[in-house]
Amino acid sequence: MGNTVFRGGVHPDYQKDITATMAVTAMKAPEKVVIPLSQHIGAPCELLESVEVGTEVKQGQKIADSSSFVSAPIHASISGKVTAVGDYNHPLGRSLPAITIESDGQEKWDEDIKPAGDLESLNQEEIRKIVREAGIVGLGGATFPTHVKLTPPPDKKIDLVIINGAECEPYLTADHRVMLEKSEEIVFGLKVMIKALGAEKGIIGIEDNKADAIRVMEKAVAEEEKITIAPLHTKYPQGAEKMLIQVTTGRIVPSGGLPLDVGVVNHNVGTAATITNAIREGKPLIERVVTVTGAGINRPANLLVRVGTLVSEVIETCGGLTENTRKLIIGGPMMGLAQSTTDLPVIKGTSGILALTDQEIYLAESSPCIRCARCVDVCPVQLMPTSIAQASEHELFKRAEKLHAMDCFECGCCSYICPSKIPLVQWIRIAKAEITKAKK
Amino acid sequence: MDNKMIVSSSPHIRAIESVQSVMTDVLIALFPVALMAVLLFGYQALLTMAISVATAMLVEALWLRKRDFFSDGSAAVTGLLFAMVLPPASPWWLVIVGSAASIIIGKQVFGGIGYNIFNPALVGRAIVVISWGGQVAGNVWSQPQPFAFGADISAVTVATPLASQAEALEVNLTQLLIGNVAGSLGETSALALLIGGIWLYYKGHIDWRIPGGFIGSVLIMGIIFGGGFYDNHLMTGLFHILAGGVMLGAIFMATDLVTSPITPKGKLIFGIGCGLITMLIRIWGILPEGVTFAILLMNAITPIIDNFTVPQQFGGVKKSA
Repeated sequence: MGNTVFRGGVHPDYQKDITATMAVTAMKAPEKVVIPLSQHIGAPCELLESVEVGTEVKQGQKIADSSSFVSAPIHASISGKVTAVGDYNHPLGRSLPAITIESDGQEKWDEDIKPAGDLESLNQEEIRKIVREAGIVGLGGATFPTHVKLTPPPDKKIDLVIINGAECEPYLTADHRVMLEKSEEIVFGLKVMIKALGAEKGIIGIEDNKADAIRVMEKAVAEEEKITIAPLHTKYPQGAEKMLIQVTTGRIVPSGGLPLDVGVVNHNVGTAATITNAIREGKPLIERVVTVTGAGINRPANLLVRVGTLVSEVIETCGGLTENTRKLIIGGPMMGLAQSTTDLPVIKGTSGILALTDQEIYLAESSPCIRCARCVDVCPVQLMPTSIAQASEHELFKRAEKLHAMDCFECGCCSYICPSKIPLVQWIRIAKAEITKAKK
Repeated sequence: MDNKMIVSSSPHIRAIESVQSVMTDVLIALFPVALMAVLLFGYQALLTMAISVATAMLVEALWLRKRDFFSDGSAAVTGLLFAMVLPPASPWWLVIVGSAASIIIGKQVFGGIGYNIFNPALVGRAIVVISWGGQVAGNVWSQPQPFAFGADISAVTVATPLASQAEALEVNLTQLLIGNVAGSLGETSALALLIGGIWLYYKGHIDWRIPGGFIGSVLIMGIIFGGGFYDNHLMTGLFHILAGGVMLGAIFMATDLVTSPITPKGKLIFGIGCGLITMLIRIWGILPEGVTFAILLMNAITPIIDNFTVPQQFGGVKKSA
């Protein structure tokens, strides 16, 4: 099955060699963390009533939550005192409410944190509750609250859990390292998910440019009857859920549908390992592996970073930025978000911090479309990006909708490949926003 | 440092390929064709190509008030392609007028690169055919004089194989493959055109569907309706592919990025349409050759083809008609 390929896609310069062989090292707990109240898709959290400026908090203590189902609570990532509550720069590009905690240097864990017990003794509802209370969200970057994905609607039967170890974004090696270093935890996490969903089997998909990870994971599942490893062709966006499901199972997620429509739930490898932590030690999600790389970073690394650590401090730990850094990106180079400042926190979804130089970003002015159809050829969902972009440019949003603009998941292949350097995805995003607005 | 950061929408990395590199690849693909033309028709072919390319680049630079003559390379491509569809010993003024018309009327009046509806080189050819028929049709087709670089090829002219059945019976398929027959500067050597086509295919600049549909439908039409004036119908079909402008048209003209469809299905329809119209003109029309007008007609309906062949999106369901 590993030999199936999806249509379209691109082969960017992967640049993973920079950090692929670097073991994850824990970054020293920072003096100060800034923890945003919205770190996931869904309702933002609200500060707990017991927490205000001046409150002493312990490491792992819940500090914010939401009554909404699609949300995940937020925990203090260091022990110390709350010194500020207010808006702060956020990777989304605007200021959002955040809590600032100054460290007491003790790294004292919250006393309530304790192991949840054997997996055998936990029922599905208990697992979901543990995952929710641990504040776990998808660590691949989309940050969808994980407990929601472990709670399928009663009319949908889930038979398969796919763990995404494709890590198809160039530069990033966080998932790669987690697979090498936490293979047993990933497999255990997957078993937890299989149980919570009542699924029959699990597949861990890994791109074949990570041969060592495939080997290590194969070994980790050797004794497992329900779990298999699927080596995947290295092609971006192999890790997109629809593509991943297609190549591993042959199932096609319907347009506008979700993986659960074809009996599948996808989770990232890092998420699986984090679930294991929550079950075995009761630890909430307060730190994650971040790949800090790009030609603009003096000493690239894979770092275990506390949520709320300022990007400026992470970069400092990695020897600072080079003079010729032109772009700072949170996430991968294909779908990540460019930032204007380093004064913003690492959040749960921060898989990478990239500092790119001119040679890497290949800036060029855009020129008129020459209709080469490269974008049509590479689109993994078979759209006509240039036509949608053109409709968007002329504010013909009905036409953009007819051309299936809403099926675009913004992987960026079209903009990447365009010889005219037209920001196609940007135009399509505008169309999508307008179409959504018109529906309301 | 912070205020120097570029903030823009993802993706943040781009492929190296540019319009200029695409156009350069097309020029490289045309090199074997140009070389063959010089080997067959000598210095006059070289002169025709040089004048045409220089005129196209100069006119475009003047029109756009740019100092960069090569710029994105598209004017050079148009100029070279225009030379390819002329009689090898065309008068210099005709080359200049036609090449300038290709750029101005074929391309710039529509808004420049990317906006033209019709293949610019073929617009130029259509204009000179209509305006100076005597110079580009009839008794103008020089007999090739291989390896005689300095020879004056305009002295001996013959009818093209397509125009005269007698001439057609004179040449065999091998001659057509190599190109040692009378015809337009760049159309005679199927072999050189194929080499160029393979390069373009390898670089991903052409899709098999347009040349495939074009050549395939010419072959089938040739076999069925060609009349069997060669030894048999199959040979007649092959003759129709190799004689005249089908190879040049299918590989270099119909595949012009700007003026052909962008959908996979649309490309196939476009190619087949070009082939069908070419053969309609060849067999039942008053002109011996129909490639130019076939492609121009299909260019005109390219937007309609694209509209009717929007691909089914991933996971989409066909709407019942």
